[in-house]
Amino acid sequence: MSQQMIELLVNGIKETLYMTLVSTLIAYVIGIPLGVISFITGKNGICPNRVIHFVTGILINLVRSVPFLILLVAIIPLTRLIVGTTIGSTATIVPLVVAAAPYVARMVESSLKEVDTGVIEAAKSMGSSRLQIIYKVLLPEAKPSLLVGGLISMATILGYSAMAGFVGGGGLGAIAINYGYYRYQTDIMFVTVAFLVLIVQLFQEVGIWIVNRIDKRSV
Amino acid sequence: MADTVLEIKNLVKKFNEHIIINGLNLKVQEGEVIVILGPSGCGKSTLLRCINGLEEIQSGSIKVQGRETVGNKKNAVLLRQKIGMVFQSYDLFPHLSVLGNIMLSPVKVQKRKKDEVKKEALELLEKVGLSDKADSYPRQLSGGQKQRVAIVRALILHPEILLFDEVTAALDPEMVREVLDVILGLAKQRRTMLIVTHEMQFAKAVADRIVFMDESKIIEEGGAKEFFEHPRTERAKKFLNVFTFEDIR
Repeated sequence: MSQQMIELLVNGIKETLYMTLVSTLIAYVIGIPLGVISFITGKNGICPNRVIHFVTGILINLVRSVPFLILLVAIIPLTRLIVGTTIGSTATIVPLVVAAAPYVARMVESSLKEVDTGVIEAAKSMGSSRLQIIYKVLLPEAKPSLLVGGLISMATILGYSAMAGFVGGGGLGAIAINYGYYRYQTDIMFVTVAFLVLIVQLFQEVGIWIVNRIDKRSV
Repeated sequence: MADTVLEIKNLVKKFNEHIIINGLNLKVQEGEVIVILGPSGCGKSTLLRCINGLEEIQSGSIKVQGRETVGNKKNAVLLRQKIGMVFQSYDLFPHLSVLGNIMLSPVKVQKRKKDEVKKEALELLEKVGLSDKADSYPRQLSGGQKQRVAIVRALILHPEILLFDEVTAALDPEMVREVLDVILGLAKQRRTMLIVTHEMQFAKAVADRIVFMDESKIIEEGGAKEFFEHPRTERAKKFLNVFTFEDIR
């Protein structure tokens, strides 16, 4: 493989990691509060509120039901507004976040649902405020599950980021499409896909190792 | 006469249309140990949960040291700290060590100093025979040990009243003993306690007063000795008879 090709791939890996990690981070910044709000306003939550629960539910489902490729194109104006361009890896972050944040919110919500209600009641009975219950009980108790959810989200976002290559995004996905698909350079496609697999595998292994270290619930 | 710590008037609790507690009145004096007896589903546990504000009530008043807890959120949160509750399922925080479990509320809710709380936590753990478990995690403890930690976790908040909701129901006999010994110790210190239990011998030993509930109401209340030896109502007689096996043989 030529020097040029190697540079291209290294660059692609960097871009893919950049897109995935930054998007995941921003998606969690939006998704955690959204998931927490949806959870605590639920029927058996710590501050039930039908209206807020309904609205967050609609918002999450609305975005989640739009196919990513359509979303990519549909929010081009928003992307241009925020980033100034619609091409390249930074521009891809916008649709990635929009698609991933509701997904993350649902992941967070389901992690919180796993927390034993008895433990929440115990915290209540000791006079904890709602905010204290969220910060000191709910989120710490759900931490291992939240991390596992984070790994799944990250792999999904990585897959989405590759898809963005079709509409001018960067990273390994763009390389696979531009060289492998449009120019019939199958070897390059294989190599990029192999790298994508490796990245997912790496995330997964490291993530699970961390989860096992912090999980105090089981032996 | 001792001060009234807890006063419940005309408490009504419904789940949808189903009445759980129907116009209940109860006064608890300081230092009094009350055991609440009654068949399953009579509202005993719900009563404790209402006192602690875990359940919303439909009408009535619950006063702790003369201050109303119903309908006053600020009061309710403050007063909740004066009421310690221990649950059947322990409900320790699994991600925290024993010490972490005990120290969470005094440090975060009551904003007390960490080292002072830690010192007290270790003293209390020693009293319940668990000083070597301070750094263990709940999963490493037996049921009886978990329950003793849960009691310490309630005690460290310096509650005026302690509520015990069938705390030995999930334990085997030996563990029941170690937990009940702790509660008996607290009774000797003249702690105000409300205990829901199905351990009749224990109830007899620990209670100053028995409150017998059935069908959402208090049917009979009186001194422990009187209640067990000369129950006044037919319902209580029938309930106590369940526990003498001679008739069956």
